[in-house]
Amino acid sequence: MNNKKRYLAFPYILWSAAFIIIPLLIVLYYGITDVDGAFTLDNIKLMFDPINLKALVYSLILSGISTIICLALAYPLAMILRNAQLKSSSFIIFIFILPMWMNFLLRTISWQTLLENNGVINTILTTMHLPKIHIINTPYAIILGMVYNFLPFMVLPIYNTLEKIDNNVINAARDLGANGYQTFTKIIFPLSMPGVISGITMVFVPSLTTFVISDLLGGGKVQLIGNVIEQEFKFKYDWNTGSGLSIVLMVFIIISMAFIAKYDKDMEGTNVW
Amino acid sequence: MKRFTALLLLCAMTVGMLSGCGQKYDLYVFNAGEYIDPEVITQFEEETGLRVLYDEFEANEDMYAKIRSGAVSYDVVCPSDYMIEHMIQEDLLQEIDFNNVPNIKNIGESYLKQSESFDPGNKYSVPYSWGTVGILYNKTMVDAPITSWSAIFDEKYKGSILMINSIRDALGIALKYQGHSLNSLNPEELKQATELLKQQKSLVQGYFTDQVRDKMIGGEAALGIIYSGEALYTQDQNPDLVYVVPDEGSNIWIDAWVIPKNAENKENSEKWINFLCRPDIALKNFEYITYATPNVAAQELIEDEDIRDSEVLFPGKDIMDRCETFKYLGKEGDKLYQKCWTEVKAK
Repeated sequence: MNNKKRYLAFPYILWSAAFIIIPLLIVLYYGITDVDGAFTLDNIKLMFDPINLKALVYSLILSGISTIICLALAYPLAMILRNAQLKSSSFIIFIFILPMWMNFLLRTISWQTLLENNGVINTILTTMHLPKIHIINTPYAIILGMVYNFLPFMVLPIYNTLEKIDNNVINAARDLGANGYQTFTKIIFPLSMPGVISGITMVFVPSLTTFVISDLLGGGKVQLIGNVIEQEFKFKYDWNTGSGLSIVLMVFIIISMAFIAKYDKDMEGTNVW
Repeated sequence: MKRFTALLLLCAMTVGMLSGCGQKYDLYVFNAGEYIDPEVITQFEEETGLRVLYDEFEANEDMYAKIRSGAVSYDVVCPSDYMIEHMIQEDLLQEIDFNNVPNIKNIGESYLKQSESFDPGNKYSVPYSWGTVGILYNKTMVDAPITSWSAIFDEKYKGSILMINSIRDALGIALKYQGHSLNSLNPEELKQATELLKQQKSLVQGYFTDQVRDKMIGGEAALGIIYSGEALYTQDQNPDLVYVVPDEGSNIWIDAWVIPKNAENKENSEKWINFLCRPDIALKNFEYITYATPNVAAQELIEDEDIRDSEVLFPGKDIMDRCETFKYLGKEGDKLYQKCWTEVKAK
């Protein structure tokens, strides 16, 4: 019986072997060899080249800021959703997921049109005799793009864990004399930790590695580590350096994954996906 | 052990799945994306009875990697100037038998002469399309007509400059502005060009390639770097836009058909090239891709006078004399340019 079930997983194993494991091994191979195929660690050391290091630090800062903004926006929203009627909360979730039915690239390109100097937002501001905003092609636009694109990944895991907290636990805390603030800091927030952690990871990791958002909204003026790696592959044809840098970046992702595994043992935060 | 065998099997199956199965065609064509009127291919098949497999590449470098690996054999390919030079040097091309390409007579003398910079003696290539790189400016947003590259380094237009996001083009502009060749390998000249571009970074709105067209039409900026082939379309959409090749000179690029060494149907390749040089066919392609054609006979067939005599599309001899084609820089040269550009982008 058990053996038969295993065969059902075969297509998936084939899939992940072909498109996940083998490509990863190829990246690893390119990362630790030079053009002639000889073993070297130079590609990985290149991450400490001032230019690449600067891009990495900058990426860490921008994705860190985006993650904090997402958390600050998402947590109150998740609380509101938890306390709302079931009907209206599922409606709000629906509204939240709705834009994600549209392609990620298109959504980001439309922000371009919205934010441009003569774009939609500025035209509206001008007709209302308000000053224009000039954030397109600056880091602010990149942060905006990150927050906009990844916010749902923060809201849903937090909402999921909050929803699962038994109301009796909260009532018990109130019965035992905890005030609203204490109930939140001592009961609700710690219990929602798994959702918060997986939300942070799901926002932080894609923000850290993105090159599309910075390209489209940053006007090519801001170099994130994702852009550096993209250039190694697309313009310099240096697959070895690109792979070496990717390996270093993967270390950051694995650290985040370890975080999830530690806090989110039942993977309840991620099971929306 | 069993697991290991399973894993091996998996790998073998994956490899098996990825390799395709073959089917025979009479002519294998490899061209840049959206670079031909699809009707022309059909017409060629109908007239000659040959079956054509038409593939597209995104960048010259992708094409080069494929041809060099030898994994696929294409019969006829359309790369750009510097890449043709590179391929000749690497002995990847074979000479065209011009007895089979009588329509070469339709190609303008000046274009063949220009091609000699990358294909001495015109032995390997037949020009297909060409153009220049220049400044597109909005005449309502500048105080005087632009004639020099100095405009894109001018403090006056801060935040209103759309710079080109391409290594060779960007550095080439800086080199030309400083009076050097855009193929310079002189470290001192390149250093100066890099410094200039670094200073310029605070003035530019951003680095773009395809977006310049729409941004200029929308009045987002006063100046932008653009290829001449895009200029007519933008002027059509926004009459305030003017295209100019600055006085210091610029890049003139030529894309041309070549036959790789490992081509299996050389005679058919020559038939293809000859067909594309026919004036009516060249005209059809020109109308589809809107980049200037080196086919003088086709140019004469253009009905719209404004287009036929357009200074933008078909610049006069004086402008062409100021322009240079890109040359292949060699591996070390490419590295040097990349390093300069990385410095600019990382500033």
